[in-house]
Amino acid sequence: MRVGLFVTCLVDMMRPRIGFAALKLLEAAGCEVVVPAGQTCCGQPAYNSGDRESARQLAIKLLDEFESCEYVVAPSGSCAGMIRTHYVDLAGEGEALARRMAALSSRTYELTDFLVNVAKFDKVPGDYQGSITYHDSCSGLRELGVKTQPRALLAQIPGVALHEMKGAEECCGFGGAFSVKFGELSAAIAEKKCEAIQATGGDAIVGGDLGCLLNIEGKLRRMGDEKTKVLHVAEILAGDTKGTR
Amino acid sequence: MENRAMHFKARAGQKLADVLLQENLGKAKSRFVGMRAKAIVEVDDFEATREAAKLLRNRSLDDLDLWLEQFEQQATRRGATVLWARDSAEICKLVIDIAQRHGVKKITKSKSMLSEEAGLNLALEAAGIQPVETDLGEYILQINDNEPPSHIIAPVFHKSKEEISALFARTHRRPALTDIQALTREAREVLRPHFLSADMGISGGNFLVAETGSVALVTNEGNGRMVTTLPKVHVVVTGIEKVIPTLEDLSTLMRLLPRSATGQSISNYFSLLTGVKKPEESDGPEHLYFILVDNGRADLVGGEFAEMLRCIRCGACMNHCPVYQTVGGHAYGWVYPGPMGSILTPLFTGLENAIDLPQAATLCNQCGVVCPVKIPLPDLLRKLREKQMERRLRPLTERLALLAWGWMARHPRLYALGTKIGVRYLQWLAHDGERNDRIRILGMATEWTRGRDFPAPEGKTFREMYAARKGNP
Ligand code: SF4
Repeated sequence: MRVGLFVTCLVDMMRPRIGFAALKLLEAAGCEVVVPAGQTCCGQPAYNSGDRESARQLAIKLLDEFESCEYVVAPSGSCAGMIRTHYVDLAGEGEALARRMAALSSRTYELTDFLVNVAKFDKVPGDYQGSITYHDSCSGLRELGVKTQPRALLAQIPGVALHEMKGAEECCGFGGAFSVKFGELSAAIAEKKCEAIQATGGDAIVGGDLGCLLNIEGKLRRMGDEKTKVLHVAEILAGDTKGTR
Repeated sequence: MENRAMHFKARAGQKLADVLLQENLGKAKSRFVGMRAKAIVEVDDFEATREAAKLLRNRSLDDLDLWLEQFEQQATRRGATVLWARDSAEICKLVIDIAQRHGVKKITKSKSMLSEEAGLNLALEAAGIQPVETDLGEYILQINDNEPPSHIIAPVFHKSKEEISALFARTHRRPALTDIQALTREAREVLRPHFLSADMGISGGNFLVAETGSVALVTNEGNGRMVTTLPKVHVVVTGIEKVIPTLEDLSTLMRLLPRSATGQSISNYFSLLTGVKKPEESDGPEHLYFILVDNGRADLVGGEFAEMLRCIRCGACMNHCPVYQTVGGHAYGWVYPGPMGSILTPLFTGLENAIDLPQAATLCNQCGVVCPVKIPLPDLLRKLREKQMERRLRPLTERLALLAWGWMARHPRLYALGTKIGVRYLQWLAHDGERNDRIRILGMATEWTRGRDFPAPEGKTFREMYAARKGNP
């Protein structure tokens, strides 16, 4: 299977190790992984801010870069959700383009969804030991139905004990540009999420979207919590949690 | 009602700092969300029912003029008078005209959001007519100096029992009570003489049924019955979009409305009122008026935002909204709060008068998945954001930042360089000697770090590291 890895702009800048973890997992699942060099951003920030034209151009750019791949996989429910549920809307009238977009959308997956439902991956290499809780990010959950997939994969690691938090499906308050337009409000929503995380008594919070994780980590640290680890599901599945704080 | 939506951000800040409010919001949220979740499993196929409701609301709206015409015919045939109001001023004028025609001094009211849109109580008082709110929540707000509601079905969502107790003691000049039942009994005692002495009743209308000319009222306190049957004049004030074709349609919507709103299988009271009192009947109004209001609705028909007209005002979207749960309804500044309010306020009062509202959402879609008529609320919010960009209503800095990012992202070489520099800059910001893993004050986006840290980047970009790994930098 020829899989195009869409690293996502946040992972590229903030946490490359998540990108490498995703790469490792896809290769372990027997995929031939390509990482198109010119890739940047899926266009979601522009799309959600009302700049439809920029979003449209970025969508076309991504389409050109990934069209030759059998599948497109991203370690993010938010970016995969953008491609999967909104690209067709962005294609607009032009019929040929809309058809190409629809074809790309239907081949685009969030990482854990792909590993479970397409690659049928059952050799998770991670060896994490500890109790964790899982935050279901909004787009992954409500746009792509990512809920059981990460849990099924995590269950393959014998040392992982999952304790669900109260309101795991509730928004963490990130919301992309919302987090800098309404900083205080966004942080106040994050605080409730962090309290729910802490109440599980787990030693790590795991999720599938870096945006949410940065928000949660930033809030936990500001609340004085230095001990709860914040991990992307790819890191824990790949067994690459050494570099984390 | 005056629109204060422009001050959303400032008001949200105040609400965050209000300790008592935060406590009240926390309690109310868990009640509504939990009760809805329990109630929807009683319906065999809740999702299919939502889909059916969506389709029937679409059918009603596609031929809105037709159904309204049929409603008018049927209601008129049964002795009612149907009047049309274009805006708030016309609502007030029509109500006052009716009151004066019948020599009315006092009006009892059950809940009507249109009355809030129009600021009807103030207009009535100015005309020398006394309005008395009889919905417990609305009554509390009225005696608290006409405070606006903070929720469309639970107007005092933001208040605690203790605050209400103190308000009652002050207003009724009676000893303060602590028990909710006792407080309710006290309100009942105060309201009873008003029910008996009012010459006119005003109610809203949850649905208008075209085939019979009836209005359906969904209430929990029984005050709706008193208001609509005791006085000799009954005036229904509601929006034109509330009309549905048949009683069958009504039953579909009624399976959803109470469950979505309060988590009840059925509300305590459900009234279907048809026509004026007949000679052989013992109660009901002698005169029945319908004031059917446009106030911005007709413009939405057939347009990009038409889906919003399906709304049956259940409040589920706000109950499940992380922003609403955190700041409450007053921060939104006009009649309708939460996700539906963030769409309706700009549409009804002007996009330029509610700049923050379409932006004040994380687009988490917790609203969209609970909406009983499947309104894609996040999509509509995004559409409003597009309109704001088109009309250049967002601040220049924001638009420039967005354009710059979009442009960079289309030029991979520049993008690679820009992100490389950006990441180094962030690392430098995080550098503070002993701990270099977080940024306390984020230079270009200080809003982020007002309430939380910004984790530092790892070091290099993925792109750099991947190129190095492949050996072709
Ligand atoms: S938008 Fe939907 S959920 Fe919100 S009040 Fe209207 S019907 Fe209820």
